[in-house]
Amino acid sequence: MALNDARLGRVKPAPENFLTDEDIQSVKDGRRDFLRKAFLTAGAAMAAPAVANAQPAGDPAILELPPWSKMLGKPVAANPYGQPSMYEKNLVRRESPGLTRVSGSSVSFCPLQGLFGIITPSGLHFERHHQGWVDIDPNKHRLMINGLVKTNAVFTMDDLMRMPSVSRIHFIECGANTGMEWGNVAVPTVQYSHGMISCSEFTGVPLKAILDMCGADYKKGRFVLAEGADGSSMTRTISMEMIESGEVLVAYGMNGEMLRPENGYPLRLVVPGVQGVSWVKWLRRIEVGDKPWATKDEAVHYIDLMPDGLHRQYSSIQECKSVITTPSGGQTLLDKGFYNVSGLAWSGRGKVTRVDVSTDGGINWRTARLETPVLSKALTRFNIDWVWDGKPAILQSRAMDDTGYVQPSYGQLRAVRGTKSIYHNNAIQSWKVVESGEVSNVQVL
Amino acid sequence: MSRFCKTLIVMAVAAGTAGSALAFDRYQGIGRPATAAEVQAWDIDVRPDFAGLPKGSGDAIRGMDIWEAQCASCHGYFAESNEVFTPLVGGTTKEDIKTGRVAALVNDSFPQRTTMMKVPTVSTLWDYINRAMPWTAPKSLSADEVYSLVAFLLNLAEVIPEDFELNQDSIREVQERMPNRNGMTTDHGMWPGASASKGGIGNGGKPDVKATACMRDCKKEVVLASALPEHAQDAHGNLAEQNRPVGGVRGVQTGAPAAEGAQAGGDPLLALATEKGCMACHGVANKIVGPGYNEIAAKYKGQADAAASLFEKVKNGGQGTWGAIPMPPQGHVKDDEIKQLVQWIMSGAKAQ
Ligand code: HEC
Ligand code: HEC
Repeated sequence: MALNDARLGRVKPAPENFLTDEDIQSVKDGRRDFLRKAFLTAGAAMAAPAVANAQPAGDPAILELPPWSKMLGKPVAANPYGQPSMYEKNLVRRESPGLTRVSGSSVSFCPLQGLFGIITPSGLHFERHHQGWVDIDPNKHRLMINGLVKTNAVFTMDDLMRMPSVSRIHFIECGANTGMEWGNVAVPTVQYSHGMISCSEFTGVPLKAILDMCGADYKKGRFVLAEGADGSSMTRTISMEMIESGEVLVAYGMNGEMLRPENGYPLRLVVPGVQGVSWVKWLRRIEVGDKPWATKDEAVHYIDLMPDGLHRQYSSIQECKSVITTPSGGQTLLDKGFYNVSGLAWSGRGKVTRVDVSTDGGINWRTARLETPVLSKALTRFNIDWVWDGKPAILQSRAMDDTGYVQPSYGQLRAVRGTKSIYHNNAIQSWKVVESGEVSNVQVL
Repeated sequence: MSRFCKTLIVMAVAAGTAGSALAFDRYQGIGRPATAAEVQAWDIDVRPDFAGLPKGSGDAIRGMDIWEAQCASCHGYFAESNEVFTPLVGGTTKEDIKTGRVAALVNDSFPQRTTMMKVPTVSTLWDYINRAMPWTAPKSLSADEVYSLVAFLLNLAEVIPEDFELNQDSIREVQERMPNRNGMTTDHGMWPGASASKGGIGNGGKPDVKATACMRDCKKEVVLASALPEHAQDAHGNLAEQNRPVGGVRGVQTGAPAAEGAQAGGDPLLALATEKGCMACHGVANKIVGPGYNEIAAKYKGQADAAASLFEKVKNGGQGTWGAIPMPPQGHVKDDEIKQLVQWIMSGAKAQ
């Protein structure tokens, strides 16, 4: 039974800096299961007197009123732009050391291990820049439309923000997300294995409305080039079918405010379900054409090497995928007992319809709860109850979408695509739990 | 039809012919036609069929001079450097030029996947160098310079001889010699549009991997194919500091200190150095293309006049103090910003 007073003396989260030099040495020596033991000792040391004399009365955190209950707090607008609690400083974007050589052409990963629900806080949205990021004066920014249109046209931000807008929640995932793991386990946590994904509410104008205004030739012009205004002037080919569906947005808003500069302020393309590189940031130009462009990021990168030596070109859709974010690699469970296993699922083809979770490495599965909202081409949060009995376990999640597609295992994916493709790794992720409670990244075929 | 309606139609026609030629009455006053000069200024893309390619010419001999002055510092004299980015040239053979398929992509005979091993279309090289290189001064090259640089890279890969004149016409012959020109396939289901048979790309969205959702006794045993290698355990810093200090789990304590520059926020001068592109070539502690800032501070420690000469060096560029690789002039940075940066470097710049 969960609520029983024997639990007052149980293992407690340890205070900060409770590690002794010996403990730290033991990590360096490779003894990695020490943490839970350290919790036990720290917990015991703290708890012993408290349990002895507080047991009948209760918890000092309740009985001894804390300072914040006995003081005046800070005034309004002390932080004109609000900041997270000082206790949340651990959850920030981080680079993966050694992945790239210079940080101007690099990635910072989103801390999925600590996020809730489906919306990514804008300051934690993953970053991928090829030539650094810029902060553009919105009054000097222009969007040009040219190519197979009746009228080549120019729009200011004022123009675009006067037009009817829509707001939609979508995920954006880098095509190379989980790319380091194609051949073998390479990184310790879900931040580095899956953190090139984020999900936001984007506000903007359907590109279709703008192309209609310019008199686009939809018969001949079946492809569109999107181009950025930054140094890289990143270019990608977009399918006209997607634009005609009304899904593709020219967006300026993200989660209720303007886009962050790292995410393309003041204007970016939103291409739901398609890999992030196509969501051109700092968008300056759209050209309508009758053939794809084979730009650098669709002829040299973002091409998937197959075992026969051919590269798949214009592979754009992010297929159905999921990952358990808590508990996940690099974490330790505090104790045996109840846990809410929580994770994210998504599909570039539509809605997630089901997520199954296994705790035995994929022999048996149970269906998880999908939390609302469940939206097309958006992250979907799933949760499932789990009582950990203290024995080794392997946690996995497997998502399905409304096309009937089922997320594959590493064995199934590699049988078709080998291990060198870099992009579009959507295999089932496995987290191994050992007796100490420590969770680590493993791969199950 | 009432008179009122007719008036509306007449007005609409009038609006359509005068002023804005944009077709949607609904959005009156929004957008305007682009001038020819505006379109020319921005429409710089070059397609595989060479639509958009400006006229001009160059060759590898001229290309080498430009390369050494503007590209070699990051990509190496022979485009072989792995320091700032993956090597651009290497791994292709005479045989590949004949077949149009790069054998090293299958037999792993070359350690990296270089640009030249992958790129199927010569237009891609032209377009990209023209729009984005040199990395810290993009869109500064003339068309002739781009032709010369493309010729230089093609010559290094033995696709063309060094005196081959590359221009808007001869580039078509070169396409027929690109080592990986037959190396792409679009036969997949990951293009979000019409299939190739309907004027689009690929098979119309059919997935290549078919899994099923078995629920019970799905296999006899669990095969662990891979676990986190020992050397990678500590490579991402202390994981305890990357997890929330409250909830059902804690981060595992790992040994190594946080990686350089991994922390968010921090020093405004580091931000300035990053913004101005200095960090592309300099680490705080370590060498990238140029020396680490702390190495520079150590070298000039106690030399009162060093700041003035370093200011000149950053502003005007130069080489020879740390090696053969030159630092390009940093003319895009304001004088007082260079002074601040030099001051920051000399006083022991920190990574966070
Ligand atoms: C300050 C360093 C630097 C300089 C100088 C530089 N480059 Fe680059 N170059 C890079 C980086 C970094 C990338 C990768 C950019 C990215 O991630 O998209 C790159 C990419 C390239 C690529 C594409 C390679 C690929 O596989 O994607 C080509 C081609 C290229 N550079 C040519 C040149 C030429 C020609 C010059 C001289 C005019 C030059 N570069 C100068 C840093 C540099
Ligand atoms: C394209 C690469 C590149 C960029 C960008 C770059 N540097 Fe350098 N830097 C170098 C190289 C290479 C050297 C070594 C030159 C030598 O050996 O004389 C150097 C040397 C220096 C030195 C030491 C000079 C000496 O004589 O000892 C300073 C100080 C310096 N850089 C500051 C900067 C600052 C500040 C910026 C940004 C405004 C910057 N660098 C941008 C490549 C670069």
